[in-house]
Amino acid sequence: MKQQELIRLVLVALVFGLLALLPLIPANDRLMALAVPIAMYAVLATSWSLFSGPTHYISLATAAFYGVGAYTLANGLEVFSYPLLLLMAALLGGGLAALVGMTTLRLSGVYFVIFTLGLAELIRQLVTWYQNNFTGSRGSYVFTDITEAQIYWQLLGLLALVFLLGWLINRSRLGFAIRIIGNDELVARHSGINTARTKVLLFILSGAFAAVVGAVMAPRFVYVEPSMAFSPQLSFMVVVMALLGGVHRLWGPLLGVVPFAIVWELIAANFPGQTVLFMGLAFLVVVYFIPQGVAGVLEQQLHKIRQRRGG
Amino acid sequence: MKRWLMIKKLLPLALAGSMTFLSAAQAAEPILIGAAASKTGPMAGGAAVTYWPNVKLWEHEVNARGGLQMADGSKRPIRIIEYDDRTDPAETIRAVQRLATNDRADFILAPYSTGLALAAAPIFDRYGYPMVNVSTITDQTDTLSARYERIFFTLGKTSVLAAGVVDALVQLREAGEIGNRVALVNVADAFGIELAQAARPALQEKGFEIVFNRSYPLGTQDLTPVMRGAAAARPDAFVAFSYPPDTFALTELAQVENLDVKVFYTAVGTPFPSYKGRFGDAINGVMGVGGVNADSDAFQAYQKRHQEVTGQAPDFWASAVQYASFQVLEQAIEGVGGVDRAAVTDYIKNNTFQTVMGEWRFENQQIRSYWTVGQWQDGEFKGIASEGNLPGAVAPTIKNGWK
Repeated sequence: MKQQELIRLVLVALVFGLLALLPLIPANDRLMALAVPIAMYAVLATSWSLFSGPTHYISLATAAFYGVGAYTLANGLEVFSYPLLLLMAALLGGGLAALVGMTTLRLSGVYFVIFTLGLAELIRQLVTWYQNNFTGSRGSYVFTDITEAQIYWQLLGLLALVFLLGWLINRSRLGFAIRIIGNDELVARHSGINTARTKVLLFILSGAFAAVVGAVMAPRFVYVEPSMAFSPQLSFMVVVMALLGGVHRLWGPLLGVVPFAIVWELIAANFPGQTVLFMGLAFLVVVYFIPQGVAGVLEQQLHKIRQRRGG
Repeated sequence: MKRWLMIKKLLPLALAGSMTFLSAAQAAEPILIGAAASKTGPMAGGAAVTYWPNVKLWEHEVNARGGLQMADGSKRPIRIIEYDDRTDPAETIRAVQRLATNDRADFILAPYSTGLALAAAPIFDRYGYPMVNVSTITDQTDTLSARYERIFFTLGKTSVLAAGVVDALVQLREAGEIGNRVALVNVADAFGIELAQAARPALQEKGFEIVFNRSYPLGTQDLTPVMRGAAAARPDAFVAFSYPPDTFALTELAQVENLDVKVFYTAVGTPFPSYKGRFGDAINGVMGVGGVNADSDAFQAYQKRHQEVTGQAPDFWASAVQYASFQVLEQAIEGVGGVDRAAVTDYIKNNTFQTVMGEWRFENQQIRSYWTVGQWQDGEFKGIASEGNLPGAVAPTIKNGWK
């Protein structure tokens, strides 16, 4: 068992190492145009499912954290150093998640979903109000010399970090607790698990990651606008990609992000006027034919093959 | 045998024919022009008035006269490749990247709206494409011009647009038409915030009293409280730095509440033909952002062609500037006689252009003459104030009720 894990770790490290070499390929612009969004959604979807996977709480707050991160960077760029700003984004995102988590994670199911959807809008209006009354238009422009490749490497680093944390959590008491909560919250509480604290901790983690992603992506947009930074579409994309991949495995969302992004690219390139229409059709196909996600289908197939061999 | 002879005779002829056909086809190989702007999402409405019809008109006009004149004497038509950015900056970036690397577009038209265009600016720069912006209105044009050597701006700066409004008010006050009381309203989005931020101190400096000052979030459905509050403050002038949906809503409410002001100003959307279509003669005397020289032959000819080719009228502000920006590209390509992007960029920097907006010359990569304030007078939206003294400005008048 120990040896198997070691092999797995080496393999994962190898894959990450190979992926990190991607920007070194000459004339890679087309590749990078695809790789950056994939890396971004991979971090967002994986960190999202750290919390939402085991607990089944569908959070639509990703855009709220992402926007907070983007604005942290835009507003602080002239005052603080870049690494410090990433740390601040993580703290602010995590802090916001803590605040929201403590007040709403006692809610269940649909109430939580609705609240998180409203959260991005609430924060968008707060940021706008603040800009309107105190800063004018300052803090909207992000002038840096950060290249596309550097953004990609940062996202890849974040992804590695999410995987590492996710793996550690799964092995820890925290991971065990959250799985019990996901199966039956009442049982968890009766077994002496502090359910509220456990949920909030994981929610903080996913919030912090989304905020850092927002901060890392901001230089790419040069100009940060509230309606773009807090776009609800981002939250929905993350949920759809994660569900498409499957959230019961750490590597599940990845299986959703990659094909989704590639299909999206194909549609946008070949039917530029009808992207939304084709996307809707793609959603329907996913819901009807692979409701348990790509990871679920894969595992089913593997299971069948094993059974056949065994039988 | 006879047939064979015939073939033998005709074969060289046919070959020669196909050769000339081939070379003609080669000469006529189109210049690829990329266009990535909104067809869906919040910016789609504005782009459908100002951006897309002009793209269509430009393609039509250039190809109708056989294409662009190249240095070797041939003419090349243009072909537009369109992408919808869904009002998402990430999508704008990808569309422009796709145009540069996949479609290998010879030139790319700047996207529509400040946020989307600026998101694409680094990509234009990296791939060496000149970027002639129109609807990118910001106070950062100098910073951006210093940063990107291929970026150009044509429609003005926010602070200058705000100063234009203040000047129009000063003019009317000096004529003894209005008093000192101003109600200032703005949409809490980048454009509205920047304009209000610039207008507030400028108004105070000129001795105006801001009796009502309120902002509202983008997408506010009911502006009645804003309008009632403004009316209760009994202003002489009502100034709203608004976006199209709120421009229409505020104008509607002003009539419902019978807002009694001598100056009524709303920003983006006011110069749209649909604004007049909606309110008819009631808007006579309404001021708005932008304007045109409605009496100039160039504009009138442009207006007529726009209507004929696209089936809709241009707006009275950015439409003509949008078309002028395409004319700059067109004349620069013909001036260079080819599609060398570096040469075309240099040509844009160092030459004068004849456009529907008159003579244009870029100064520090920016056009310094543009309309700042216009007014609906006798069914036409006419420029009343401009930066750089554009010809054709008319004197501002006061608004006489809503009937």
